[in-house]
Amino acid sequence: MARAPVRISMPSEAKKGEIIDIKAILRHPMETGYRVDRVGKKIPRNIVTELVVTYDGVEVLRWHLQPGVAANPFIGFSTVATNTGELVFTWTDDAGTVISESRTLTVT
Amino acid sequence: MIGAGALTGLAILPVRALATPALFDEALQELTKGAPINQGRVTLTVPAIAENGQSVFTTVAVASPMTESDHVRAIHILSPRNPIALITSFHLGPRAGRARVSTNIRLAGSQTVTALAEMSDGTFWQDSKDVVVTVAACIDGS
Repeated sequence: MARAPVRISMPSEAKKGEIIDIKAILRHPMETGYRVDRVGKKIPRNIVTELVVTYDGVEVLRWHLQPGVAANPFIGFSTVATNTGELVFTWTDDAGTVISESRTLTVT
Repeated sequence: MIGAGALTGLAILPVRALATPALFDEALQELTKGAPINQGRVTLTVPAIAENGQSVFTTVAVASPMTESDHVRAIHILSPRNPIALITSFHLGPRAGRARVSTNIRLAGSQTVTALAEMSDGTFWQDSKDVVVTVAACIDGS
């Protein structure tokens, strides 16, 4: 399977209670549904509608996107390092494509 | 003839319909359910001049201790000029540690962008900034 078109930037280790910054980008056209192709046919809307981030099974962020978010949707956010566990990032688009990526955070 | 011209103009309108201040107010109303909106606590950071409306780096920070009893529940970004007034919504909570999010947004022309924060106590706070957009995000098929 091809590598997921995702880039996630976050530390792999943190101290307990530390606030860590996370950046994530998904490669996606965020097609608005307003554009037409060369023969004048409307290009159907296909945007990423949601990104959910869970940390050790608990939801820490839910991002709702609209066509007003730029292509290759980028998000910068933060979370508190509570315990060693997995952060799971799950994107869903209009076409029903679900892309999931995870990163382990080791808390000392 | 003038009448016909005006009608033709109207017929074109829906194709490139833009959100109006009325639609913007409607979107705000839907989020707040009529609750008053306070000024302050929210800091919206956008460039004063955006060269490319297709991607405008935007950061929203909210003054909040982000504790279980006092935190930001959601941050919304709204436009009075884009085809859809609500650009995006972030739902967060005390686990965020800090109420600050950033993303890249599309702007269909120069306008005043608004960031709205919804607190755990049910209050709403906002900040607005003017952005001059040199090349707007396309909304009319071009």
